[in-house]
Amino acid sequence: MEKPVLEINHIEKAYGDHKVLDDISFSVKKGEVVVVLGPSGCGKSTLLRCLNGLENIQGGEVKLNGEQISQNAKNIHQIRQKIGMVFQSYDLFPHMNILKNIILAPMKAQHRAKEEVTKEAEKLLKRVGLLEKKDAFPRQLSGGQKQRVAIVRALCMHPEVMLFDEVTASLDPEMVREVLDVMLEMAQNGSTMVIVTHEMQFAKAVADRIIFMDQGKIVEEGTPEEFFENPKTDRAKQFLNVFEFVA
Amino acid sequence: MQDLGIKILLQGDNLVRLLQGLGVTISISVISVLLSLAFGVLLGIVMMVKNPLIRFITRLYLEFIRIMPQLVLLFLVYFGSAKHLGWDLGGETASVIVFVLWGTAEMGDLVRGALQSISVHQTESGKALGLTKGQIYYYILIPQAVKRLIPQAMNLVTRMIKTTSLIVLIGVVEVVKTGQQIIESARLTSPSAALWIYGVIFFMYFIICYPISLIAGHLEKVWKE
Amino acid sequence: MDWNFIVQYSDLYKEAALLTVRIAWIGILGSLILGLICGMIRYYKVPVLSQIAGIYIELSRNTPLLIQLFFLYFGLPKIGIVLQSETCAIAGLIFLGGSYMAEAFRSGIEAVDRIQMESGLSLGLTRRQVFFYIIFPQAAAVAVPGIGANAIFLIKETSVFSVVALMDLMHVAKDLIGLYYKTDEALFMLVVSYLIILLPVSIILTFLERRLRYAGFGN
Repeated sequence: MEKPVLEINHIEKAYGDHKVLDDISFSVKKGEVVVVLGPSGCGKSTLLRCLNGLENIQGGEVKLNGEQISQNAKNIHQIRQKIGMVFQSYDLFPHMNILKNIILAPMKAQHRAKEEVTKEAEKLLKRVGLLEKKDAFPRQLSGGQKQRVAIVRALCMHPEVMLFDEVTASLDPEMVREVLDVMLEMAQNGSTMVIVTHEMQFAKAVADRIIFMDQGKIVEEGTPEEFFENPKTDRAKQFLNVFEFVA
Repeated sequence: MQDLGIKILLQGDNLVRLLQGLGVTISISVISVLLSLAFGVLLGIVMMVKNPLIRFITRLYLEFIRIMPQLVLLFLVYFGSAKHLGWDLGGETASVIVFVLWGTAEMGDLVRGALQSISVHQTESGKALGLTKGQIYYYILIPQAVKRLIPQAMNLVTRMIKTTSLIVLIGVVEVVKTGQQIIESARLTSPSAALWIYGVIFFMYFIICYPISLIAGHLEKVWKE
Repeated sequence: MDWNFIVQYSDLYKEAALLTVRIAWIGILGSLILGLICGMIRYYKVPVLSQIAGIYIELSRNTPLLIQLFFLYFGLPKIGIVLQSETCAIAGLIFLGGSYMAEAFRSGIEAVDRIQMESGLSLGLTRRQVFFYIIFPQAAAVAVPGIGANAIFLIKETSVFSVVALMDLMHVAKDLIGLYYKTDEALFMLVVSYLIILLPVSIILTFLERRLRYAGFGN
């Protein structure tokens, strides 16, 4: 059996008495795309933030290639270099142009040569159709363009896993497509990804496995076919019903 | 012998004298603050007038007062008035005049800022709800302006109180001067008096200004929403 | 107005003004450094140091510079700490200015969205790198108007330095009034000297502020 890239074992997190993550365990294999679904406030965003140590966990462990991740680890910034993350709100650095946004971390955190990183950044920008924007500043870009740059910025670090936290949630509808297409292409090229999203069609298309969460627990786990055609639990059925209404 | 130096405070009526000096400081502050607040509101409203001449004059007044160190203003009024008007204003009156001129300028600018900060949008949404002009002012505009203004005005008050320390330099007998007199008279008996007296005056100012700053900061936070 | 008198004594004013500018310059620079240190300590909530910085800021902001100077110049020698006039003036100005600059930096840092820090961290940058490359440049831009206002405030505050026996502008003016009764000339020169020092600073700052506002990062 192939060894998992990311292992999550029994993690727990609570704010006061409120349990946000309750005994969550799963693992992600190389090249696998896992989509986490669930109603708002079910803890899925917190889960992602725990995976790269932005939030502390109170119990359990997260391992990347067998190495434990915790906020207090001395080498946490080195581990984070292997985990790319894209957020819901546009998180580009507003005082730097697009190219600088992308090459900052590879140069400063990985100490790579500027020419090499620039070349790669331009290649990636070209792939997402934004090469001509490399000298622009974030404020000159649309939301969809910003999110594509944010993805490129994370990719340029050559992460082993990419985390996506509702990256299309604040976008205008006509811009959602362009971002999802980039992610779909990444999935087809064998990237390992954990995606939190509300886009059901996209989840169906991109996922190798669906994890359905509610109230801090994993309620159901399975292939997209199983989950969407044949949900086993009432919770999942209710959740999917609501979405059909909306759609 | 430093540890005995603090005794200077308890000798004779030294503490009472210091407090009396503080009384002078406070009364000059209070008079100046009250007058400045009143005139400042008027000036702020005047500054909203569209007449370019009035705008220019008020602007010039504001900029000149604000760019000059307060001590320079004190010198101008104290020495200037004696020479030209033949008035011997006395340090107290000169101080009050300067602080009112300065406080009015600062307060006027705060009032203008508060009035301008209320967006047109607020008035329009009031209109859209069918409120009359009076109601819009009473329920929407004035409360918002006041909430913005009060913490800033309180900070101005602490600035004015701190600035009153300068009036010792034009010969007003207030807390600092009293302190100097005590230090001077105890030069032989208690050589370390300066440390204690200035230390005490330092904390007197702190005890007056800190609560005001604290409340201003608190109100600012509470009213931000 | 006796112009000959003005010409005759203008060198005195020039020297005094240069002294003011020199002390103000060092004081402002020192205040910026102290303010930045305090601002960072407060932002990262460094234990103990953060409380000390908090107390310092409140003490400094709620007391007059004049009293701070009296304490430094006349009080401290009584416990064996003797400071030269100029050292005293600079120390006083930095003690006063540090807290004002700290507050300007703090509001600048607070204006930077948390997500900026998080996205920097998630790219694998260290906390220090995130601060210097991402948080600080944005915070500094937001803090510029506040820093500028503080700089002007500090230059104005230098007017009390005559109390620690420095031959500053106020000192010169007072001497000329006392010695020659040339009140008009002395005061005129005083006002002109401060205008020459302060007006350019004020104009540059207004200009800078406007440019920053138009350039606004706005995401």
